[in-house]
Amino acid sequence: MPWTKRIIGCVWETVRRWFDPRELRSVGSTPDYRFSLANERTFLAWLRTGLALVAGGLAAAQFLPPLPLAHLREAIAVALLLLGGTVAVRAVDHWARTERAIRLGEELPASRFPAVLALAVGLGAVLLVIAVLARAIGGR
Amino acid sequence: MTVGPGPAGDPGLQPERTRLAWRRSLLALTAVTVLTVRLALTGDAAGAVLAGAAVAGWAAALALCWGRAVGSGPVRATSRTMPALALAAAWQATLGVLLALRGLG
Repeated sequence: MPWTKRIIGCVWETVRRWFDPRELRSVGSTPDYRFSLANERTFLAWLRTGLALVAGGLAAAQFLPPLPLAHLREAIAVALLLLGGTVAVRAVDHWARTERAIRLGEELPASRFPAVLALAVGLGAVLLVIAVLARAIGGR
Repeated sequence: MTVGPGPAGDPGLQPERTRLAWRRSLLALTAVTVLTVRLALTGDAAGAVLAGAAVAGWAAALALCWGRAVGSGPVRATSRTMPALALAAAWQATLGVLLALRGLG
């Protein structure tokens, strides 16, 4: 199938570019190292956010008792794990685009991702609060 | 700007803060790896293989990123360390999905 081949090629090209330091150094001028370090720490903060979500998913999979709804425990675990993995991979992409913008003296890349993540986590928390209350009021 | 105890010209101790951020991150990855291994080890061969895969990903990321955490090497990061750490995190998430769905099959 040509389109799967193209998607795999595109992903491979992106990952290869992440690992190639020459690619990033070829554009613009080298900034004050403190800007690069600040960008690096922002990446690490995002990565730890992703790791916290992954840890939550792993904990749900092994420490939650089986829930009354079939496979709900697994669904919660997989949702948290996928969200955490996405946050981690997106952190690299955002770091690379920010570094590029700093080198070129452009505006830093804007992103809707933090808002989407906040809404997703907030919505998940609200659903869990409703589930806990429903159980408490329902007498188990 | 007041000059702190750091080297002249960098009162913000930026390299040290970055080193500490790397240590926190590698510690978080280690904790996640422990959770993955605990979930994987159920006494069967498939579990042992998945646990080994989790430990291998952790070790690879630690080997690549150790220099950033202890401050050896250049002040500025080579761009290999960051994707390495992110892929290690995504690797633990992928193994976690496989392990969470293992009980359903």
